[in-house]
Amino acid sequence: MGIDNQDNLLIVSSSPHLHGENTVSTAMRDVLLALIPALIASLYFFGLAAAKVVLTCVLVAILSEVLAQKIMKREVTVDDSSAVVTGLLLAFCLPATIPWWMAAVGAMVAIIIGKQMFGGLGNNIFNPALVGRAVLVASWPVAMTSWVTPLDGVTTATPLGMLKQGLAAEQLPSLGQLFLGNVGGSLGETCAVALLLGAIYLLYKGHIDWRTPVSYLGTVFLLTAIVGAFKGAGLWYPLYHLLTGGLILGAFFMATDWVTSPLTKKGKLIFGLGCGFLTVLIRLQGGYPEGVCYSILLMNMVTPLIDRYTKPRVFGGVSKNA
Amino acid sequence: MSLGKEFSKGILRENPLFRLTLGMCPSLAITTSVNNALGMGVAFTGVLLASNIVISALRKIIPESIRIPCYIVIIASFVTLTEMLMQAYLPELFASLGIFIPLIVVNCIILGRAEAFASKNTVVPSFMDGLGMGVGYTLALVIVSTFREVLGTGTFMGHVVFADSTYSALIMILPPGGFITLGCILGFLNLLQNRKVMKNRQATQLKLKQQVAHEVSSN
Repeated sequence: MGIDNQDNLLIVSSSPHLHGENTVSTAMRDVLLALIPALIASLYFFGLAAAKVVLTCVLVAILSEVLAQKIMKREVTVDDSSAVVTGLLLAFCLPATIPWWMAAVGAMVAIIIGKQMFGGLGNNIFNPALVGRAVLVASWPVAMTSWVTPLDGVTTATPLGMLKQGLAAEQLPSLGQLFLGNVGGSLGETCAVALLLGAIYLLYKGHIDWRTPVSYLGTVFLLTAIVGAFKGAGLWYPLYHLLTGGLILGAFFMATDWVTSPLTKKGKLIFGLGCGFLTVLIRLQGGYPEGVCYSILLMNMVTPLIDRYTKPRVFGGVSKNA
Repeated sequence: MSLGKEFSKGILRENPLFRLTLGMCPSLAITTSVNNALGMGVAFTGVLLASNIVISALRKIIPESIRIPCYIVIIASFVTLTEMLMQAYLPELFASLGIFIPLIVVNCIILGRAEAFASKNTVVPSFMDGLGMGVGYTLALVIVSTFREVLGTGTFMGHVVFADSTYSALIMILPPGGFITLGCILGFLNLLQNRKVMKNRQATQLKLKQQVAHEVSSN
């Protein structure tokens, strides 16, 4: 009897004996599936330019991952598709007009500095895709903020940029346009409906928790509603803030990153709250029109702290007040 | 330890910036161009040499309990001299280094060498120690600033390397670029050192095994 005849061997293992079927690869595949509607929308709106940016980011992310893991003498884990997800998410927050080599630099920075240098998947403090974007914004601010309109590719400002310039409500894109994504902006952030479709799939599959996006979006809605009420702009103002910029992309796909956001339920609520507060603060008071990227990166930093202070009581343990 | 070793330890083994990670603040601030780094390095080396010599010469006169204020007075005198000389003969460099020249007074490397080395050794070894540390620090600054200047502005010591300025990454001459560059270099050096340590350990293990095998077979 050969030792590799598994049927006749008793399997001896330590608990747990029941396993879920989720692995990193299947979860990443689900995230990729969830991003497909937004990808289709970006290809429809920005055409070949979008395809070029997406392809560059994904390919360079994969290559950087293999290269970094080879150099650092780690196991090459590129087949778990986490590098593809990072590349795709990075491409989603770049403008369509960006030169391909800038996108490539962004993907390299995201994987090598944002992820592998911290120890690889599971050890990174910051969301790698957002690290890539932040470095690109600091390096080439002009190229990173040159937006074009969808379909016809005319130079334009983003809806948030227009808001910051102080245009009147009639000159701004309508809420319907924002919902469908027919406005200027980063590749994957404009089409709210496509992003929401993907988000529903991830929520249904249980890959992301509702607490982070709900508290994130809720905080932004509440704060901008208060500001809107003071401005006399009514309900239109907070809705405009919800649908513009990278907020939906960030709230569902980046703030919920398993590695860089808190593990506890209460922690997720606090994380979303902080992201929402910082986003509104940057949008209304900061120098940039959009603050989603920085707000998530800043909250990534305090994630270990949030986890520590929201640690649930051990089952059967004594509560502090008793 | 021989005089040569006193000199060479500052370059790599105990490099003040890369190995001891001292003097980080000026290193991050002024490494935006190679010229700045060289100017800072030379000024720093001059002050370190002079203060090491004087402190080691006076080490028996300086009372133990007030030694730090004494060191500071000595170092500050040389920094003031350097500052005035630079202001007179290198006004451009003086302007671009700004506050970081007077701040050499409280530079922890200089005070550290005074406390750890010059106060316990004679003049000649202290001179070699100061020279080695100064050259090591200057080298480290030049390495960091080379990356930052070439990638950030496309020039090297003011000479154009990449003519097309669209390729210059602004982040490299901003504060985050300093942190990223220094972090990558430190990580790389740690990697090299870890590999060396591992290799040594494996070699000694192999030797031990061979020894054991030899003893077993000879018994």
